[in-house]
Amino acid sequence: MNTSTFFEGLVHEDRVHRSIYTDAAIFEREMTHIFGAVWVYLAHESQVPKPDDFITARLGLRPLIVTRDMNGRLRALYNRCTHRGARICRQERGNARTFQCAYHGWTYFNTGKLRGVPWPEGYACDFKDAQFNLAQVPRVESYRGFIFGTLNLDAPPLADYLGLARKPIDEWLDRHPGGKVEVREANRLKFKGNWKLAYDNACDGYHVVFSHRSLLQMENRNEPDPNKGMSFYRGKPDEAPMYMQYFGNGHHFKDKRPNYEKRPGALWELEAAHPGQEFFEKRIRETAGPAALRALDLAAAETVNINVFPNLSILGNHIQVFTPVAVDETDTTWYATAVVDEANELNGAADDVNALRMRTQEAFPNFGEVDDAVNFEEIQKGLAACEDEWVYMHRGLGIEGRVQKQPDGSIKAPATDEAFMREHMREWRRLMSAEPRIAVARQP
Amino acid sequence: MESPIDPAFYDELVRTFSAWPEREVPDPATREHCRMLLHREARLLDQGRFDDWLALYAAHCVYWIPATPGGDPRREVAVAFDDRRRLEDRVYRLGTGNAWSQLPASRTVRLLSNIEVFPGTGTSLLVRSNFLVSEWRAGETHLWSGWCGQRLRLREGRYEIEVRQVNLIDCDQHLRNPSLIL
Repeated sequence: MNTSTFFEGLVHEDRVHRSIYTDAAIFEREMTHIFGAVWVYLAHESQVPKPDDFITARLGLRPLIVTRDMNGRLRALYNRCTHRGARICRQERGNARTFQCAYHGWTYFNTGKLRGVPWPEGYACDFKDAQFNLAQVPRVESYRGFIFGTLNLDAPPLADYLGLARKPIDEWLDRHPGGKVEVREANRLKFKGNWKLAYDNACDGYHVVFSHRSLLQMENRNEPDPNKGMSFYRGKPDEAPMYMQYFGNGHHFKDKRPNYEKRPGALWELEAAHPGQEFFEKRIRETAGPAALRALDLAAAETVNINVFPNLSILGNHIQVFTPVAVDETDTTWYATAVVDEANELNGAADDVNALRMRTQEAFPNFGEVDDAVNFEEIQKGLAACEDEWVYMHRGLGIEGRVQKQPDGSIKAPATDEAFMREHMREWRRLMSAEPRIAVARQP
Repeated sequence: MESPIDPAFYDELVRTFSAWPEREVPDPATREHCRMLLHREARLLDQGRFDDWLALYAAHCVYWIPATPGGDPRREVAVAFDDRRRLEDRVYRLGTGNAWSQLPASRTVRLLSNIEVFPGTGTSLLVRSNFLVSEWRAGETHLWSGWCGQRLRLREGRYEIEVRQVNLIDCDQHLRNPSLIL
């Protein structure tokens, strides 16, 4: 069958076919045609700050070692011995100039070059041949600390791929001292469902008051004025100033910042109670002087979701990564971030901000995301009903004036609209129908 | 209710839970008292009696599940780090009728073993135990395992739980629906 006709049959304007979430053959194609064909988020530079630092990651299902090599260059090496295929690195992070396979002792430099094999006289080949060097992702680029890789030789430069999403990413970073953050461990969650269920949800303003009702109740249980957390989704969220925006290339944005007054301290006032709040808030107010309100706002969750297709969602203060495991299994990693205040913009309050910020970042994974993950699993179970073929994402479609094209080419719609989902599915269909020129690189 | 957590609290917590004594409390009655308290706690959780379970905890307490072995809560996020107020939030949320990750609720049985009771500072005791929680939910059975470090303190003639550190053996891996109280 013609592939583009096939995928047109699965993704309609208003709905998608259940099989895109359930079919193992489609999932396998995604690993090349999506995860091989576009820039995929791999790691944050603060996870590999020094030469020879490494962490393991995945590009789709491909096991990788993301490292800053001995020369300081970022690389994404295939974690696969060129001899028999075993993973050569079994630690999740560390600092190493060479990697030795535990099976037969083949050893590689962290540039990917083969250093040597035991008893080479038993081989007739020339081990200087590039085919014995580790495969690696041919293009690895960083955008302000966010490391991406792609196998697609024809992909545009990373900055162009990010396109309009760069603006909110810049704004998210620039609220921090020095315009940067550092990753500080993660809340790691697994769900038995397709990876796209998480990406579909990443900009979904329709589910909030239903899926997260218990969280909204909890955050406001002691509040005389119950407007903490995501309370702005109650009532008529489509009439609130927040909005969804589609940027192209599958990227989208939920901007909730217009919901509250634009002044220092306003973001912090949205936070519910957190462990350590009384002491650290008081000390920040007492010691940080004119930077105090900015410091407190940095302990509060930023009210944006910036979703970079296919596997990154910058939301609150988290860097969330979606990692497919199987057609019906996905890992989501909610990397927490901390403030790094090298120029002392916060008057010495950075450690206090981080002590508070670690606790604020535990709230949503504990009391919100668990409910999302169970709903994703329930979708996967529901989709076992094979005769009931369609999944709808048509909220806002066909209503005059609701979805608005912007001069920059982006699309804006009210907060609960599913336009972003329809658009990333259209992009998914385009990518699944195309034939990307993908390849690995090896050291010469 | 105010959070009691401040830098001194964190310092003391990290110090206490990173270096365990070697020699147990010699008094068998004290050890038996601790065993009974831990078994009672496990039973209340298995029975879903969360308010009764909370009543075992001190007014200033911490329920802590590190995200890395020995992770420092000041510098990194934890799977959970609840002071008393947030622990009450956690129990409140489960009772709203809208916490979908626990609707229907998990059925659990907990097995505790290897209970060791060490002296702490003042009237406190430090207790270690190993646990297996067998959880059935939504058609599947799942095992959680690890060890707990607890600090108990004598108050008005009874021991209260001041700190419960739950050390999952897979704390730094992807956890499926960690919405139950461990």
